[in-house]
Amino acid sequence: MAQTAMAARDEARPSLLAVAKGRRARQILGERVLLGFLLASSLVAILTTIGIVFSLLFETIRFLDAVPLLDFLFGLNWSPQIAIREDQVGSSGAFGVVPLLVGTGLIAAVAMTVAGPLGLLSAIYLAEYASPRARGFAKPILEILAGIPTVVYGFFAVLVVAPFLRDSSESIGFEVSSESALAAGVVMGVMIVPIVSSLADDVIAAVPQSLREGAYGLGATKSETVRDIVLPAALPGIGGALLLGVSRAIGETMIVVMAAGLSANLTVNPLQAVTTITVQMVALLTGDQEFDSPKTLAAFALGLLLFIATLILNLIALMLVRRYQERYD
Amino acid sequence: MIDRQSSPSETILASLPRRRRAEARFRIYGIAAIGIALAFLILLISAIGTQGIGAISQTEIALDVTLDESVLGLSDARDRETLSKANYRAVIRAALGDVFPEAVSARRDRRALMKLVSVGAGFELRNLVLEDPGLVGGTMRVWVPADDEVDMLMKGATARDSGRFSDKQLGWLDQLEEEGRIRSAFNWRFFTSGDSREPELAGILGAIAGSFFALITCLVLSFPLGVMTAIYLEEFAPRNRWTDLIEININNLAAVPSIVFGLLGLAIFLGFMGLTRSAPLVGGMVLALMTLPTVIIATRASLRAVPPSIREAAIGLGASRMQAMLHHTLPLAMPGIMTGTIIGMAQALGESAPLIMIGMVAFIVDMPQGLLDPASALPVQIYIWADSPERAFAEKTAAAIIVLLAFLIIMNLTAVILRRRFERRW
Repeated sequence: MAQTAMAARDEARPSLLAVAKGRRARQILGERVLLGFLLASSLVAILTTIGIVFSLLFETIRFLDAVPLLDFLFGLNWSPQIAIREDQVGSSGAFGVVPLLVGTGLIAAVAMTVAGPLGLLSAIYLAEYASPRARGFAKPILEILAGIPTVVYGFFAVLVVAPFLRDSSESIGFEVSSESALAAGVVMGVMIVPIVSSLADDVIAAVPQSLREGAYGLGATKSETVRDIVLPAALPGIGGALLLGVSRAIGETMIVVMAAGLSANLTVNPLQAVTTITVQMVALLTGDQEFDSPKTLAAFALGLLLFIATLILNLIALMLVRRYQERYD
Repeated sequence: MIDRQSSPSETILASLPRRRRAEARFRIYGIAAIGIALAFLILLISAIGTQGIGAISQTEIALDVTLDESVLGLSDARDRETLSKANYRAVIRAALGDVFPEAVSARRDRRALMKLVSVGAGFELRNLVLEDPGLVGGTMRVWVPADDEVDMLMKGATARDSGRFSDKQLGWLDQLEEEGRIRSAFNWRFFTSGDSREPELAGILGAIAGSFFALITCLVLSFPLGVMTAIYLEEFAPRNRWTDLIEININNLAAVPSIVFGLLGLAIFLGFMGLTRSAPLVGGMVLALMTLPTVIIATRASLRAVPPSIREAAIGLGASRMQAMLHHTLPLAMPGIMTGTIIGMAQALGESAPLIMIGMVAFIVDMPQGLLDPASALPVQIYIWADSPERAFAEKTAAAIIVLLAFLIIMNLTAVILRRRFERRW
């Protein structure tokens, strides 16, 4: 009796093991599959970039069939209207991108004159001076500014800033167009302040405390320490923060679409209306249009230009920040 | 006499007041920078608040309408189709004529009179009749929306002598007001209808529905993809050039201008894959690609915050790496992941440029019923209204902004509460 039970157990043992083995094998297979999914989903990010590059390149090449590259890059005249009749004057349209580049640069410059000093000073204050309570008050303000959708900034620029600039400069005898680069730039600058300040805040906070203590020990005041020790030490990182700000400024769409206007003036006067790359992309692709006209293809060429410019700025900025972090790690 | 040579300490002492002043100045610069940011924020909120508050109410005019069959142009049939095609505008015209008998004779006067009420008055009357066909033949008093110009006048946004109204029209309005036929009522149309060319009829529900469908799509795509990518990169990926490339890619995607994502959607989702233009599905797909880096970065940060000892304990008890991650690390990181996802969704909700590129900027009156119906989105609706020339759209724009900001505040507060409630310090 006992023997048979023993035998039964002996028989059961290998089968139990087999079950466990089978489960283990299935589990390993399941984990392999899951790992495959994880790997595949991480490739989506790469596919997105490839998708962006290819869609932009493909349409841009077709655009360059219609418009020579040199005319596009160095042309001083932008008027992409499409003729209704073939024989109409200027039926081909003019696709010189220089006025758009100048306009984009001008607005970005105005924005950075606002965002640079405001962002850096508030970052210095937050990192070096503010008490925890003051920080708890000031940080949310900047975070709220960062969370406001750009279309709201655009409406604010049209509703308040542009009329204010026009009225106040008229009263001192300046002529300001109602869609001036200044209004769009100032509002965009405020939008960029939190980006610059939060990055610069991190960078300044990462400067080793020993550097500050060394300066204090030599008798420097706090502001002297910040100016002569901390800022030079954090300079590459701050440069990175500012570059990311510039990248945001040239890629920003809604504020300029609403506040900057469509007229492609070749000017560096911030009181006049200029147009930007993003504004023209929106203008070219909204409304009724056939998909294959040079007009719609031009939007992709502008997109490629914008993508390359922001890509270069972002990579330099990331490199600066990373190298700076490595220096003090 | 020779100048007494000053000792170094005296030089320092003499320079101290100047240096202290410089110190105070520097501190003030910092406070001023924050102050300017705060002032700008207050100005922005108060400007939009004062502008948008007007849209809460809408001027309405009371008319005693007689639903006469002959005026309506109805025969005996009472089915829905004939009822909805009847001439309700004529009924409104007749009711206005009853109030101002002197204005009926001249064609010009009649037209000026009709301009006081919204063109939507007839549609609202039609909806009442469709709900209750028994109303035909009877007389009743209805409050119909006034024209947007009248609304602006009543709210004091346009002056009486602005030239937008003739003296006759102003006289009629005064008479209506004396007779108690003008009131300012809660503007429920703003919250229950879709877009319209007429400011007094335009509402945001269509845009909210569009945003909702797009956000759902965005969440369904970006949350699993983002979390899975982050798990792979943080827990399983070998450190080599490929994973470095993926990482640089993600960091860079986070900084690509949003309008470029719109071009991607236009070329690939619409052009190559042939999906419907203006559909929230496509909008959500584009937004998902944009939100992906946010979700990935947040998930990686919260996975990293789970201490390695948890993983090691699980593995020590015989769990596989996958089990340790699925059963222990991931659940512990979930609150942080949710917070990051909600913040990503809030960003996606406020985004308009890529949606404009894929055609969600079209003028759409009907409420979208699903992912493939043409729709607008809340921020795009704001853009469309801000671009409209009618003055009354300014307050609608501001009111829509308030609604959008309210949604964003709710989402961000949820994120903050989640973080506070579940955050663990190890």
